[in-house]
Amino acid sequence: MIDVVMPQMGESIVEGTLTKWLKKAGDHVERDEPLFEISTDKVDTEIPSPVAGTLSEIMVEEGKTVGINTIVGRISDGANGAAPAASSQPAAPLAQAPQVQAPQAPVPQVQAAPEPPREQARQPQPAPPQPKPTEEPAAPVATVVEETAGPLSPLVRKMARESNIDLSKVKGTGAGGRITKQDLESSLASAAQPAPPPAPQRPAPPPSGQVATIPAPVDVPPPARPESYVRGEAPATRIESMSVMRQKIAEHMVFSKRTSAHVTTVHKVDMTRVAKLRERIKTPFQSQYGFGLTFLPFVLRAATAALRQYPILNASIDGTNIVYHRDVNIGIAVALENGLIVPVIRNADEKNVVGLQRSIADLAARARSRQLRPDEVQAGTFSVTNFGSFGSVFATPVINQPQVAILGVGTVDKEPVVIEDAIAIRSMCYLALTFDHRLIDGALADQFTAKVKNILENWAEEVM
Amino acid sequence: MPTSRSCAVTNLGRMKYGDAFELQRQLVEQRKRGEIPDQLLIVEHPHVVTMGRNGRDENLLASPEILERSGIEFHHTDRGGDVTYHGPGQIVGYPIVDLRDWKRDVVAFVRAIEQVIIDALGSFRISAHRDPGATGVWTDSGKVAAIGIHISRWVTSHGFALNVDTDLKYFRYIVPCGLTKPVTSMRALGCAASREQVIAALERTFGRVFGRNMEEAND
Repeated sequence: MIDVVMPQMGESIVEGTLTKWLKKAGDHVERDEPLFEISTDKVDTEIPSPVAGTLSEIMVEEGKTVGINTIVGRISDGANGAAPAASSQPAAPLAQAPQVQAPQAPVPQVQAAPEPPREQARQPQPAPPQPKPTEEPAAPVATVVEETAGPLSPLVRKMARESNIDLSKVKGTGAGGRITKQDLESSLASAAQPAPPPAPQRPAPPPSGQVATIPAPVDVPPPARPESYVRGEAPATRIESMSVMRQKIAEHMVFSKRTSAHVTTVHKVDMTRVAKLRERIKTPFQSQYGFGLTFLPFVLRAATAALRQYPILNASIDGTNIVYHRDVNIGIAVALENGLIVPVIRNADEKNVVGLQRSIADLAARARSRQLRPDEVQAGTFSVTNFGSFGSVFATPVINQPQVAILGVGTVDKEPVVIEDAIAIRSMCYLALTFDHRLIDGALADQFTAKVKNILENWAEEVM
Repeated sequence: MPTSRSCAVTNLGRMKYGDAFELQRQLVEQRKRGEIPDQLLIVEHPHVVTMGRNGRDENLLASPEILERSGIEFHHTDRGGDVTYHGPGQIVGYPIVDLRDWKRDVVAFVRAIEQVIIDALGSFRISAHRDPGATGVWTDSGKVAAIGIHISRWVTSHGFALNVDTDLKYFRYIVPCGLTKPVTSMRALGCAASREQVIAALERTFGRVFGRNMEEAND
């Protein structure tokens, strides 16, 4: 039985990530045939098998980072015959691996050693006399030796030194408790959190737009309350439980903010052509169909066309996968008396302006009278919110999870606009697209929004 | 007769990513057998987005269909690193070097490639540097060259991509190397050097950093 170890691919390298096994357990492998691949700092390396035989055991899974000389698998050579040796050796496997790790015994602390020429690790020509971290891992000579588990990479040492981090206080999450770059970064990040204020001062609010950093719970003593509080009759506060809908909305909004990297981009759209069309036909439209004509179905029509062109805005994220949806199902945010609901227009891309307006009117009416069926608020793939109907010029909507974008429509107002150095009066509207920056970059979001804008600005006079 | 101290330079001109990949593969096999000296291939690719072994799909911002519609090829490939873009105006260099004759150290190799580019940029008065933790060559305005390497039995393939006058808008389809930092080019940095001048400088600095005699293999 031959142990296959993580090889050392250079003097400064103490660990590697096993990115791919090229053979499965039980496969036969020739000597020098590529067996697995490892990755270190932008370099992928194919590792050939040291012997011919059968790969009897895989001990380090793909994606794991382990120290050099860690046993990653075993090959039973041909002579050994029957492969399932793995089971004949009970419980041995991992217990053996750490033998090559540094003995965890705390190394005597050599404080205040003069700065050794470690900088060289960054130079193109690593100094030859660097101690091999392989064999005697005891004490990497005269560097400042911290009481930590396992050897440290030069990068980690350098970071620790430059940022003055006490490595004995950092918890390692790498192989064998080794401290990795990420550990240092998170340690730095947590150190950078505002220290708890000494006095009952309120901690500074996080800069706006900052979402993901959940500040470490800081025990802020409540502002000292004056003891005597004898004033008027009505109590200063009133407590009421949230409705179920309000609780759901609260939960959903915070979940969305925590999940997506919200970014909003705003485009100015000249709605004059659409406004003129609407002005001209809205009275006959009302009498013919029995419901009014708003700007919203025009925006929806333009958005569905743009979604067809940029299907990633009609997608959702599942772990590390992108889920593209065949159907374009658009959620329409409808304000209720004490809340909000987002009914969905199924296959919105198959409807014209009249059909979209009919769906909007129908869904909104039934939402307000609480007559929506459960399936009418599900399976949305993109959302539109029309805050313009309440007078808002533009806002930054929250994504309706698990969608990746939402289009906000501002109010359509007549404004003076400079066109070819002349001032004209145009019907202007701001379209605000909030997108999930995890999946969609600004450029793409803007291409999408520009497409919507382009369709609206060039609306053919008669098309409904 | 190949001597261990020489390196053949071949300027392939414009070549599709897949063709250059196949050529590299053949040269790597020949280099492993010791039939040829170290090689430096210089090439310009038509628009292509490539995803390395450690690449994560979220760093590709457009689906392969969208890329295709925009005239951009898409390849999964076996180099290190995440997703990157190659295209006109970029000098792509593929060093095929047997590291058994040079330090046997993959990280030192990456640092040396960075040095080759930093030195070459220096001859055009562009001040470039490394960024600890982010392989590649950086300027104050962003990343100007990307690096991704593959090694098989100590023989290297893939390499670097230096933006000379690349149309940077194509990088909007990706998060280059998974880093949300800006990408720049020599042209964007105000340098008007021609492609040929930059290639000549890279050959010079490559020879100096690796201690190789650079021999033009063209014609």
